[in-house]
Amino acid sequence: MSSVALPRDNELRRGPDLRRLLRALLPAVSFALVLGAIAYLNPRVISYFGFTLMLNYAVPIALATVAQMFAMTCNDIDLSIGAFVGFVCCVAATYLNAAPLVGVAILLACVAAYAALGALIHLRSLPSIVVTLGMSFVWQGLAILLLPQPGGRAPVWLQTIMGYKPPYVPLPIVAAVIIAAVAWFGLMRTSYGAILRGAGGNATAIHRAGWSMLWARTTLFAFVGLFGVLSALALIGITRSADAHLGDGYTLLSIAGVILGGGEFVGGIVSPIGAVLGALTLTLASTQLLGFLRIPPDWQVAANGIILIIVLAARVAISRKGKA
Amino acid sequence: MIEPMANASLLVSLQGVEKSFGAVRALDGVDLEIAAGECVGIVGHNGAGKSTLMHALIGAIAPDAGCIEIGGAQTTAYGAAQAKALGVRCVFQELSLCPNLTVAENARVFHRSLGGFGWRRRAGKLIVDKLDEIFPGHRVAADDLVASLSIGRRQMVEIARAFTVTDQPARLVILDEPTSSLDEHTAGQLLAYIRRAVAQGVSCTLISHILGEVLSATDRIVVMRDGKVVIADAAGNFDRARLIGAMGGVDGRAQADAAGCVASAAEAPAMVRIRPLKQTDGQELVARRGEIVGLAGLAGHGQTALLIAAFDAASRRRAHAEINAPVALVAGDRQSDGVFALWSIAQNIGVRSFHQIKSGLLLSRKRERELAETWRARIKIRTPDVGANILSLSGGNQQKVLFARALGSDAGIVLMDDPMRGVDFGTKLEVYDLVREEAARGRTFLWYTTETEELKNCDRVYVFRNGAIVAHLARDELTEERIIHSSFAGAH
Repeated sequence: MSSVALPRDNELRRGPDLRRLLRALLPAVSFALVLGAIAYLNPRVISYFGFTLMLNYAVPIALATVAQMFAMTCNDIDLSIGAFVGFVCCVAATYLNAAPLVGVAILLACVAAYAALGALIHLRSLPSIVVTLGMSFVWQGLAILLLPQPGGRAPVWLQTIMGYKPPYVPLPIVAAVIIAAVAWFGLMRTSYGAILRGAGGNATAIHRAGWSMLWARTTLFAFVGLFGVLSALALIGITRSADAHLGDGYTLLSIAGVILGGGEFVGGIVSPIGAVLGALTLTLASTQLLGFLRIPPDWQVAANGIILIIVLAARVAISRKGKA
Repeated sequence: MIEPMANASLLVSLQGVEKSFGAVRALDGVDLEIAAGECVGIVGHNGAGKSTLMHALIGAIAPDAGCIEIGGAQTTAYGAAQAKALGVRCVFQELSLCPNLTVAENARVFHRSLGGFGWRRRAGKLIVDKLDEIFPGHRVAADDLVASLSIGRRQMVEIARAFTVTDQPARLVILDEPTSSLDEHTAGQLLAYIRRAVAQGVSCTLISHILGEVLSATDRIVVMRDGKVVIADAAGNFDRARLIGAMGGVDGRAQADAAGCVASAAEAPAMVRIRPLKQTDGQELVARRGEIVGLAGLAGHGQTALLIAAFDAASRRRAHAEINAPVALVAGDRQSDGVFALWSIAQNIGVRSFHQIKSGLLLSRKRERELAETWRARIKIRTPDVGANILSLSGGNQQKVLFARALGSDAGIVLMDDPMRGVDFGTKLEVYDLVREEAARGRTFLWYTTETEELKNCDRVYVFRNGAIVAHLARDELTEERIIHSSFAGAH
């Protein structure tokens, strides 16, 4: 009887697997396309120095995107990541520089605050979109209290790290590979990572199997906080001085990066490698490509949005094809 | 109470278990004993208390009164963790796999001890070995995403997972409607495996609405009604009529006989004319006004695809299809394709009939309610209030709401995508009557079912294999052998 079932199964199996592959490749393809366009418009930037300059800001954006990805793993969203990055930048430019121990304590408290937010969202069944929107005003307010005017100074060691020039491969690329590898291993390869993703896929099943959803969500939010802090430290290492509004664009960039990288808003479907590629793509598309195309700055944000829509439309088209 | 099989040690003992949800007494003093290495079948109508009893057994709900003993140890504060440690597993009716994880990762979710280096390989081997054992030829790989598997294969994975053993034993496996998404071939594999597992000392509890399965696969059958055990006896002492009688409500009602409505339908105008996409010869499916046309064959061989194609063709022109009336679809996978989980029963019924319940530009809540009340009375949806949330209903009654949605609309053609999955016997008989009644009034039904018995309600049956029609059987040629023969060998 199995011989009868054979042809059908093969047909069935080819569709979804091809779709899975195409979807996994899409972030890489879109990155390559944007990079190709830049190379075509200005071949001289394809160099060690060019990459270092072009992708400089990709490191903090990639870290913020990975932070956002952890929130989206359990069907939540973090609308406060941008304000949070801004706040941590202010902490880094003041306390972390002047009184390192106090600064480190504040940063640890920030991560703990995120973990507590995750617990609160779970225990009270609050929508994360509302809680984090509220928190974004809290972080923003704290940042302005701390640094009413742009200023402060990043610790020298941070500037040194972000200014480091490794041999052969530019720093942003090395950093992106490390970030992607760490997040991929933690979330996609470890056995507890499977539980965390399962929490987004079918919370009831995770609960029935005896796992704590409270703990899962708290863990995920702690990682949001941790990567948010890392993002801010990377950012301040580049800018050298802080401003309460430094991270303002990061909320939407990080969400777009996760989606561009193959993640979904619901269902625990995330891809750490895709998210990092998505962040790189967005960095290139939003700043470099549009500059080379001589699109006036007034139109850059709109052009950025259009690129995003095109890539997302391609993703939907691939998913549909796989289904038919 | 009948004693469990002599000379077998007692595994589970429930005494006087009671549970109420508000005013509803779901369990009204249940006594139940399950011996080690015994398969107990539990049958009863929807709302008889089977699911509540199983949830009490796995520690998901705490009984109001009575005691639960597992493995001789009387457990105070019995909960999900204890149940798991004692080796009580459950295959739930609504699947509890994470669709975004692979098969191996889902095995990991189930087993806490599957961690550390190489866990992925070990988890994959554990689940695939068990699948090989239960469903030879299953064609599921450890790194397949669950979301990419058909619903039948997902159920196979879920069942296999419940039987896997790591550090915790599997002593009692509760199977709640395990065959509802399986075709007859894989259902047979499962029942055979249950017998093998029982022979090795694992106890099973089989809840199924397919009485033939319960009669053939279990050692003892417990019949529940209104939260009580009404009869418990060796399976050999039961037959179908006695079971149905004991369940109550539908005593010995004869199986459907639709012969009466066939003759007149033969000359009626064709309402549906559609050819499956993968059909290479000229064969097409034709359904005339007032006909009930069955779609048979193994699960997943293109029946659902044809129904969806017919549904699409009603609103868009398609080369191979001709649809001559408005269409309504009764979904089979009611959780994902059927109910609007946040809406009331009345809203769920009215959603297909907006123009009927519209007043001016707005929807009239009053008319919506009237429509819902009409259908509540007609197909006996068991609820005190149609304004209540749809999820307050049991599975069978939710399915009735989906029927009411389709039948209450203006649709001349009703497409049914195996809608009787996991629906109790009494409800089925009521729906069969309703379908025949509506067909007599001129509605056309396309009815895909995985239960051969249901095809007896149809005027004609098309058998599908590999996405194409391989046989067309008139009512008088319809036998189980012919359908199975066509499904597997493709002979006309």
